[in-house]
Amino acid sequence: MSKKNKTEEASVKSRRLTVNIIIHIILAILAFIWVLPIFWVILTSFRAEKGSYVTTFFPKSYTLNNYVKLFTDTSVLNFPKMFTNTLVIAIFTCIISTIFVLSVSYCMSRMRFKMRKPYMNVAMILGLFPSFMSMIAVYYILKALNLSEGSMIPIALIIVFSAGTGLGFYVAKGFFDTIPKSLDEAATIDGATKWQVFTRITIPLSKPIIVYTILTAFMAPWIDFIFAKVICRAEAKYYTVSIGLWRMLEKEYIDSWYTCFAAGAVIVSVPIAILFIFTQKFYVEGMSGAVKG
Amino acid sequence: MKKADTKKKKVKEFQTPYTVMNAVKKGNTITKFSILIMGFGNIAHKQIGKGLMFLALEIGYLWYMISSGFHSLAMFPSLGWREQEKVWNEKKMIYEYTAGDQSQLLLLYGVATLFITCLFIVVWREAVRSAYKSEVLAKEGKHLNTFIEDYKSLFNQNLYKLLLAAPLMGVLGFTILPLVYNISMAFTNYSKLNDHMVLFDWVGLDNFKKILNFADSIGKQFYSVLGWTLVWAFFATFLNYIFGMILAIVVNRKDTKAKGFWRFCFVLSIAVPQFVSLLIMRTMLQPTGVINTMLMKYGLIETALPFLSKAMWARVTVIVINLWVGIPYTLLQVTGILQNIPAELYEAAKIDGANAVQAFFKITLPYMLFVMTPYLITQFTGNINNFNIIFLLTGGAPIPVESTAGKTDLLVTWLYKLTVEKNYYNLGAVIGIMTFITLAIVALLTYRNTASYKDEEGFM
Repeated sequence: MSKKNKTEEASVKSRRLTVNIIIHIILAILAFIWVLPIFWVILTSFRAEKGSYVTTFFPKSYTLNNYVKLFTDTSVLNFPKMFTNTLVIAIFTCIISTIFVLSVSYCMSRMRFKMRKPYMNVAMILGLFPSFMSMIAVYYILKALNLSEGSMIPIALIIVFSAGTGLGFYVAKGFFDTIPKSLDEAATIDGATKWQVFTRITIPLSKPIIVYTILTAFMAPWIDFIFAKVICRAEAKYYTVSIGLWRMLEKEYIDSWYTCFAAGAVIVSVPIAILFIFTQKFYVEGMSGAVKG
Repeated sequence: MKKADTKKKKVKEFQTPYTVMNAVKKGNTITKFSILIMGFGNIAHKQIGKGLMFLALEIGYLWYMISSGFHSLAMFPSLGWREQEKVWNEKKMIYEYTAGDQSQLLLLYGVATLFITCLFIVVWREAVRSAYKSEVLAKEGKHLNTFIEDYKSLFNQNLYKLLLAAPLMGVLGFTILPLVYNISMAFTNYSKLNDHMVLFDWVGLDNFKKILNFADSIGKQFYSVLGWTLVWAFFATFLNYIFGMILAIVVNRKDTKAKGFWRFCFVLSIAVPQFVSLLIMRTMLQPTGVINTMLMKYGLIETALPFLSKAMWARVTVIVINLWVGIPYTLLQVTGILQNIPAELYEAAKIDGANAVQAFFKITLPYMLFVMTPYLITQFTGNINNFNIIFLLTGGAPIPVESTAGKTDLLVTWLYKLTVEKNYYNLGAVIGIMTFITLAIVALLTYRNTASYKDEEGFM
């Protein structure tokens, strides 16, 4: 190798090093921006000073009282009750909508019948309407069914969160499409019915998408506040977590509840974040199909 | 040419000789009788379970129609006229209130009755077809399915009927019915305006005329909101996509260290529920919020920056914050697809002497656009309907005086305000329909032309 080549190689190397350093610095700055709000809310949840106005980024003193108050001070905003409400609703919604989504996706992917294409087109068209355009109408329907008062409210919420999920089949259908059809055919030749193919072959092969479906279904009641607000109205007994957190930032509560809001936000986010990080792999796999080329 | 061929094939695929027309034309007396009494033909051919089910459905429908359905239909055109009145009750010596008509309930019952009738017609067609089929099969001496065989077929070739029944009922009852009900409100004067909260009437297309009219104050607001909605959706979608893709490529570069750590930092923001992170952002960006306080403390600015209170500032702020929300999603999506691009393509390009930038424009970008066009369209429509960001961050503010729509209001948030806060139900419904039309135009122009829609089967 000649000397000229060597110096050229060295300059390429040093240029590559500077590029790498610059890229890593940019990544660090971006990552900082992305993590900042999350970091801030965690800090705020441990802050001892009350109120929403602060003069320093880091709290002057730290405390656990915000968390304690959140779970013990039930006189104005009953957070523990809201938490159990949401948990119950989330569990039922999760079961119903997972069954719905998987059933519809399987039919759309594996079965051929007359209403298949029309159903898919209608689902796409319905997806174009603003989802809560019919919110008021749903409320009146629930009222006509006597589901809008008192202890029926949780049932009404479960219905609202799970009834329409038969339309959200695209991701799971896309996943089922990638499972080789030859597996189904082999099973059919061995005498399996469609039901057996569905439960014994398709479902066990679809762990990623099932986890993904369960997760999204479970999260829906925790993060929705529009429907919950319209259906619960003033019945504070049946509030879900998201309405509670929303109320903590209203003018009359914000001064005494701001740090508790941060604590509540952390409590809601932590389980969802843990679930999400553990299943992130599935999320990406669910998006890109079961069998990679 | 090819398209026409496949279309023809599709029609044939599900064709059956057992149609209602054939039943009427060629069926015998028993079949014709089952046009009136559903299930009669099945019972006559010993399919008793099936026949009784059809009969029960018919009786149930008739009972519903007689008990309330006909009344609902009769009230549907007028939507009621009796006002609530005070009536002197001689016996009890008190004033009593008569129950007046409630148009909103009458409208709901009317729509629901029409709905049930449509469902009944579907069942009726099925019953007539089934009767004709059993007649033909019996005549040809072929085997007729018994009830148990029918039941078993639900787990095999008819599995879709079993699996789709419950989800379909949910969609019909709690998505389509409310939607039709809400759409019908657009043609009434159901509004707080002029006090039409209890009794209201059909007004035809008046609401549409009002909203589309440039001279009307509501019309002016509509066009400005529509314009901003489109601008917002365009920037929100494409900036997210471009920056997300660049970020994904940078993170996945061969020379980048600690890929998992960087990805974790960005993806963490997805794991936090959106309403939580957005509410936090809102408090941080207030005039007295932490960002302004910090900037003023270190002398970078004199007065608080109006992040969410001046029109232009607020618009840029929501787009930037949407980048914070959206880029991690793009990162996740793109990472999977980037890894799916065949490595041979890059190797071949390298041998041919292409550099990284050329490889990006000649290989990565075309591939990504091909695969992700449907994703981009759903993102675009999702952004037009993006309620959370606007509602939680600005609430549509700043709102000009004597206007119902703010400068950052999208069609959806305006719709929410008009219905929930102002109770202008009719105008809200019109806005919903206009949103739908906007989206339908965008989607129809693009979605149906994408490869993955046309070539659904070819993917397998």
